[in-house]
Amino acid sequence: MSSDPFSLWVYLSRSPLLWLTVTLLVYAIADAVSLKTQRHPLANPVLHSIWVVALFLLLTGTSYSTYFAGAQFVHFLLGPATVALAVPLYENRKRVAASILPMLVALVVGSITAIVSVMVLARMFGLPRPVILSLAPKSVTAGVAMGISESLGADPSLTAVSVILTGIMGAIVVTPLMNRAGITDFRARGFAAGLAAHGIGTARAFQVDEIAGVFSGIAMSLNALVTSLLVPLAVTLLR
Amino acid sequence: MIASLSLILICQLIGEVIVHGLGVAVPGPVVGLVLLLVLLLLRDRFSVFSRGPLRDEGVERASRGLLANLSLMFVPAGVGVVQKLDLLAEHGIAIMTALAISVVVTLLVTVAAFLITSRLMAGFGREDAP
Repeated sequence: MSSDPFSLWVYLSRSPLLWLTVTLLVYAIADAVSLKTQRHPLANPVLHSIWVVALFLLLTGTSYSTYFAGAQFVHFLLGPATVALAVPLYENRKRVAASILPMLVALVVGSITAIVSVMVLARMFGLPRPVILSLAPKSVTAGVAMGISESLGADPSLTAVSVILTGIMGAIVVTPLMNRAGITDFRARGFAAGLAAHGIGTARAFQVDEIAGVFSGIAMSLNALVTSLLVPLAVTLLR
Repeated sequence: MIASLSLILICQLIGEVIVHGLGVAVPGPVVGLVLLLVLLLLRDRFSVFSRGPLRDEGVERASRGLLANLSLMFVPAGVGVVQKLDLLAEHGIAIMTALAISVVVTLLVTVAAFLITSRLMAGFGREDAP
C-alpha cells in the first residue's frame, strides 16, 4: 500500500479496472443525457462517449493499447449481441418473411451503393489508394470490416475508425433525413439504417421503433455477408 | 441468466468453428445468429427443445438485455481514433466528407429500393401496401 497518489495513479492507469470503469461511466452519463433530450439524434451516446474517453486518454497520456486492455470486455460483447439479434428476428418472423423480396433488392442495391460511392468520392478528393481501400468496407460492422481491410492489405485500424464515423453519422442523420423525405414505412427506414450504418444505426433504430430495429439488425447481418463478397470485386473493377 | 448467456456464446462458438473449419467469408456471430434462430423455431415445433434457457423467456430476456446496450459496445473501437490523429489531421476533412455523402446516398438509395420493390409487389397483389 502506497501513500503517494502518483504511484497509485501509475498502478491504476495500467489496470483494466480503471479503463473499464471509465468506459461504462462515461457511456452511462452520455446515455442519460441522450434519454433526457428524448433521444435527440445529436445527443448520440456513442459519439459523445468516444470523444470524452479519447480526450481523457490524451490528457493522461494513456496509450490506446493500455485502454483497450480494460475496454476489450465491452468490445467482446459485439459478437454475442449479434447472435442475440436472432430473438427480435424470431419474434417478428411473420413480418420479416412477408418482406423478403424488398429486403433482398434493397440489400444488393444498397451494398453496392455503399462501397462504390465512398470509393469514387475518396478518389475524387485525391485521397491516397491505401486510404481509399481502408474506407471501402465502412458500412459493415467493425469486426467484419477490419477482416476485409486486412485481406486487401489496407489499414484495419483506419477501417475501424471509418466504420465508427460512418455509424455515428448514419445514426445522427437517419431520422431527420427519413422524416424530411416523408418515409413512414419503418421496415424500410430500419433496413436502410442497418445497411448504411451497421450496429450503431441498429442501436438508433431500436430507440425509434421496434420494427425498425428488427429490420435494421437483419440488414446489418446480411450486409456483412454481401460486403465481404463485393469489396474485393469493387477494388478490382475500380482501379 | 448464466444458462441463457452460455447458450448465446455456444451459438457464437459453433458459428466460429463452422466459419474457420470451412474457410468461408461469413462472420462467425452471423452463423451463430442463424443457429439461435433455428433453435427458437425448433422449440415451437418440438417440446424436447423447450428446456433450460429456451424455456420461460430465458434466452429472450438475456438477448434483449444485450441489444438494449448495443451502442456501448462500439465505444472501445471508436476510441481507436486516438491512434489515427496524424492521418486525420492530414486527410480528415476529405475522409469525413466522403463518408458523410456516402452514408446519406446509401440511406436514400436503400430506402428507395425497398419501397419501390414493396410497391411493385403490392401491385401484383401478393402483399399489402405498406
